[in-house]
Amino acid sequence: MILLQRPGDEVVDRHTSAPTRIRIPHTSYHIERFVLGNGLRVVLNPDHNAPVVGVAVVYDVGIRSEPAGRTGFAHLFEHLMFQGSRNLEKLAHFRYVQGSGGTFNGSTHLDYTDYFETVPSNALERMLFLEADRMRSPLMTAENLRNQIDVVKEEIRLNVLNRPYGGFPWLRLPPILFDTFPNVHDGYGSFEDLEAAVVHDAADFFQRYYACGNTVLCVSGDFDVEQARLMVERHFGDVPARPAPPQRGFGEPDLTGPRHVSYVDRLAPVPAVAAAWRVPDPVADFAEYLPYVVLGEVLTDGDASRLVERLILKDRSATSVGGYVGFMGDPFDVRDPTALVIQAHLPHGGSVEDVLATIDEELAWVATGEVTDEELARTQARIVANLLRSTDTVVGRAVRMAVLELQRSDPTLINELPGLIADVTAQDVRTAAAMLRPQRRASVEVVPGKTGGTR
Amino acid sequence: MTAAMVESGRVPDLDPHRAFTVPEQVERVLPNGLTVLAIARRTVPLVELRLRVPFADVDRASGAVLAQTLFRGTKSRSNREFAATLQAVGGAIGAGVDPDRLQISGNALSTGLDTLLELLAEAINEAAYAGQEVMTERARLANRIKVALSQPSHLVRSALLERVYGSHPYAVQTPSGDDVEAVEPEHLRELHARRLHPGGATLVLVGDFDPDTVLDQVAEHFAGWRGAGPATELLPPPPLEPGPLLIVNRPGAVQSSLRLALPAVARSHPDNAPLQLANLIFGGYFSSRWVENIREDKGYTYGPHSMIDHSVAGSKLMLSADVATDVTAPALMETFYELGRIATLAPDPAEIDQARQFALGTLVLGMSTQSGLAGLASGLAGAGLRMNYLVEHAGRLSAATVDEVHRAAQQYLAPAGAVGVVLGDAERIERHVAAISAIKVRP
Repeated sequence: MILLQRPGDEVVDRHTSAPTRIRIPHTSYHIERFVLGNGLRVVLNPDHNAPVVGVAVVYDVGIRSEPAGRTGFAHLFEHLMFQGSRNLEKLAHFRYVQGSGGTFNGSTHLDYTDYFETVPSNALERMLFLEADRMRSPLMTAENLRNQIDVVKEEIRLNVLNRPYGGFPWLRLPPILFDTFPNVHDGYGSFEDLEAAVVHDAADFFQRYYACGNTVLCVSGDFDVEQARLMVERHFGDVPARPAPPQRGFGEPDLTGPRHVSYVDRLAPVPAVAAAWRVPDPVADFAEYLPYVVLGEVLTDGDASRLVERLILKDRSATSVGGYVGFMGDPFDVRDPTALVIQAHLPHGGSVEDVLATIDEELAWVATGEVTDEELARTQARIVANLLRSTDTVVGRAVRMAVLELQRSDPTLINELPGLIADVTAQDVRTAAAMLRPQRRASVEVVPGKTGGTR
Repeated sequence: MTAAMVESGRVPDLDPHRAFTVPEQVERVLPNGLTVLAIARRTVPLVELRLRVPFADVDRASGAVLAQTLFRGTKSRSNREFAATLQAVGGAIGAGVDPDRLQISGNALSTGLDTLLELLAEAINEAAYAGQEVMTERARLANRIKVALSQPSHLVRSALLERVYGSHPYAVQTPSGDDVEAVEPEHLRELHARRLHPGGATLVLVGDFDPDTVLDQVAEHFAGWRGAGPATELLPPPPLEPGPLLIVNRPGAVQSSLRLALPAVARSHPDNAPLQLANLIFGGYFSSRWVENIREDKGYTYGPHSMIDHSVAGSKLMLSADVATDVTAPALMETFYELGRIATLAPDPAEIDQARQFALGTLVLGMSTQSGLAGLASGLAGAGLRMNYLVEHAGRLSAATVDEVHRAAQQYLAPAGAVGVVLGDAERIERHVAAISAIKVRP
């Protein structure tokens, strides 16, 4: 039994009420992998629990690969992929998916772009046809480009410009933490760059990055493996082979001193702050990286977590707090360089300086004090439950497996992740916390520009 | 030869449809009146929980603070102990309120189901509402309300609800920050004792378990839940009263938030299935006339949508689009045009079939996950329905004729029946909007 005394705290016995450690479950998804002659990597995950299938096509290109002067282009291009292809006129893709009883979407990330559908299982072959058709030859016209530039501008107005805390912190932190264009630039793009895009840019982008050799197809759900394999070969087999472009690293040196930037958000009524520290390479140094994922949750998941207890319940210096690895919230879909992010909203008149100082204090406490088995075990249980929940949808699973194949050549990692998370030790977490020093920290502060009235 | 199909570029046909079925649901009503529904779904080793308690006619501020404080400690466990015990089984639980109900949602690793039930029952039987926790939570809530009041989506929704519902309780759904700050622990204990009753409440469990065993577990944990009172039902809201379009001024806004309300009917009404199809064709999914017009053709907006909201006391059809300030009036014109078109001209049978396939397919998709199933079963139970309703509804969707869909569109989607609000920069949009509609401006 270990008794802990935290500064200014009553004696807390973290063991007396400790339940016994719950067995951490894992999944046993059946996974088949193969590569077509043109280099397209394919992952199949049959699962007959529900009469649905998820189809995901993931291209190895994202925001970080955008050329200078074309910020926002990866996302704009994602929109163009829905504008028709050799055998499908504009609007046809949407109509075929939805007219089959399905749903679709696409999303642009730092290191990949995904396209996916969930459909009743009788529509699988149709979905493969649709994806193959645009992988072969999307229709890129000046008219469609013009239309989608307008749509994307409305998306940016909706999500960033017309609301408080727009783009906080995912668009606001990287320019402080990093120095090079791929890492710092705005992934939604400037209106100027979006307006400057021409069809030729799209053709170049497609030629370079939307190559079979740069792509993974994953199908998850209710299908027969051999039939699906034949369908995949039938529809994707003759997509012209193009190799992946040379893999380009985006690494840059760590900060040598703290950086802090504040900006006025004219719509925000209360202050907010986010801080980021670089973490080990998520792919090359996975074992060293994983403890940071656990640490983020030890700090912020639930009322028994360190920062919620301290900042929200005890000090009342924050009203919400979150901690996670990867700027877009998923620690298992990013490459190096990335970061652990902690963000907090403050009450009216709250001090960002105090909140940052408290976070530093708590991190030092984790690093030099004690992470108990009980604290670690319950955090791991919750991380695993969240992970399992996210892959209960066939399409969530298909995207996860495709990205694991794309970035790690190992989709079966999905079955091992729960165990690997459970294997992270208290010492691993302390070692990670010891790296989150103020000298390595980038932080951004939202200064409220809106005071008084509500309208 | 299969390769020929690719060369010809023909889109593959669908394989034969499977019969639409719903998973088996086991139901038990406990002696205290609590209805319990359990559905086995062994896709992942987790459980999902939803508890709905009728909560109509409850003070907004007290209701909202209660939802935030219900799981912040009991007479037996501090807030921290409660949270740690729940987290140890991979669990999380939370509550929310709307004008009809208190809705509790939780999930956990399936081996933690008993702990999840124990904690829920403990909170229901002996939530502490300790002074410290209430002070913290009401301050956080007041702060969140302050943030919400700077968000256009919240402001325009509030304005629309007020305009649509007038003096009905549905008109105001968010309490003021000041009212929230004035809520005291004794208000919460009183409200809890007066309204958190098992009679009329429904507990839904979905997950990796044996349903009969789960019902026994629930019966044991919730046997001590006591309390009864008369059922409180809201009167039906008044019919929509069309009038001038209300412009709510938001100086400097770079977008205008358009919202329109139209009449709709309850899930059990015979017009519901044809109206659902008419709404899909108009603007209820991506492949709809409205989305294809104002997004894919004109580029006025990112995500317009139109959906039917089934509240307990009445249903409404709600349209929503955020458009660039400069195209506010043209976007409204196209919206009225598409409403007018579907209300006056019969839709094409192919459009109906496409919408029908979508409606039927998304029923299948919605039941394919544990959380989807739990939400569906709980939502239906709140309307007094069970999963077999979906089978009947699928039958009605399959059978709906062109005529029925056209009649539903005429009756419910007519632009003359719409009530509307635009939140935006009045100085820049007023004159243009006034060209196509009578307006009233709220400064």
